Amino acid sequence: MSTAPVVDFVDAVAVYNGYPALAGVTMQVMRNEIVLLQGPNGAGKSTFLRACAGLVPVVRGSAHVLGCDLVIDRESVRERVGLLGHQNGLFADLTVMENVSFWSTVVGATTAERGAAMQRMAVDGQLANRRISELSAGQKRRCALACLVVRRAELWLLDEPHAGLDAKGRDEIDLIIKEAASAGATVVVASHEIERAKNLATRTVSLVAGQVRDLS
Amino acid sequence: MSMSVSRVARAVAAKDLRIELRTRVVTNQVLPFSGLVMIMFAFALDSDDVLQRVAGGLVWLATLFSMFILVQRTFAVETYDGALDSLRVAGVQPQGIFLGKSLALFIELLVLEVVLFISAVVLYRVSVGGLGAVLLVTCVLCATAGLAFVGTLYGGLTAGARGRETLLPLLLLPVVAPVLICATRATESAFESGGVTVGEGWAWVAVLATFACVFGLGGLLSFGSLIEE
Repeated sequence: MSTAPVVDFVDAVAVYNGYPALAGVTMQVMRNEIVLLQGPNGAGKSTFLRACAGLVPVVRGSAHVLGCDLVIDRESVRERVGLLGHQNGLFADLTVMENVSFWSTVVGATTAERGAAMQRMAVDGQLANRRISELSAGQKRRCALACLVVRRAELWLLDEPHAGLDAKGRDEIDLIIKEAASAGATVVVASHEIERAKNLATRTVSLVAGQVRDLS
Repeated sequence: MSMSVSRVARAVAAKDLRIELRTRVVTNQVLPFSGLVMIMFAFALDSDDVLQRVAGGLVWLATLFSMFILVQRTFAVETYDGALDSLRVAGVQPQGIFLGKSLALFIELLVLEVVLFISAVVLYRVSVGGLGAVLLVTCVLCATAGLAFVGTLYGGLTAGARGRETLLPLLLLPVVAPVLICATRATESAFESGGVTVGEGWAWVAVLATFACVFGLGGLLSFGSLIEE
């Protein structure tokens, strides 16, 4: 297995809505790490995650994710990362099964992989036939994670995954993240739930005004 | 896992049509709206001769008005919970998204046009012969393909924009003007209204087919950059 960092940003600058949301970020994330990103609102956490997913262009410095140079090509990495942002990316009028099936078809996953993902996220059984619009926030989040699992992402980028969930839902999310890491994925979590996320993370990194302060 | 364009297109089209079947926006909102437009025209013009002469134009005008609602609806589904972002992050080929959404829009528009043409026959008392029917069907298929491609292209362009509800018609109307003109002329030929013959309509259909090819190809090439940040 490669020992190269999964995420390797050096003096990376990213501009979002005309504002330098990342102002020279230098940061590495190694394989199987669970890294907690913390920082105040507007510190650049979401932009960092979106830059890792190849959604926000890095205009200066260097940025490599899973060996892909994001300065040259932001698209080739996308198939290998999974980003769960503030939104779930689900279709409200479709059922859980239809949502997960859509993603399975799009990425060419098998029926067995779809079933396993739904079982792992506990959205199988009766829940599978309920529309997304009828679900609680935690159930929606679990369904979004099932869609992420079915894609077999190597790098999970989670932006406030605990938001809107009750204690049980938060515990479930933590368990899912730990399982993903033990199955070989690398996870970067941006969270305001510092105490909870600290117990989960193998390392904590602080972002302030678009720059990194490593707290590990 | 590799993602083929045709598989993505089929999945996106099936998903959009399933959402439509479940929410029934076309049947419960767009069809009544376009039916009302046809009836209002009938009241406003109030002359069988005039209505028969302009029937083709009225059908296509009602189609365009309804198309704005359909295009906005099809992209609202993608942007409501960030699904379009998720598709981009997943590295899904934008050509597949473009073709899938165009196909779903094509089918929805086709259903709408069938109802509008039937209502034109009933309300405006237009008739169509054997050769005219062939011309009309070809015209409808080519014009609908053009509208579906250009609608998807501009829907993608305005999907993330502020004020997209008003921006979309503003951008789209000038671009679809050639479809309105050509489809109206071809339909008049099919109805043989105003002294024109069926044979005269084929030249307009050729323009419609060219329009569909240009915007189909343009969409395949540019849709990816249009939905990027």
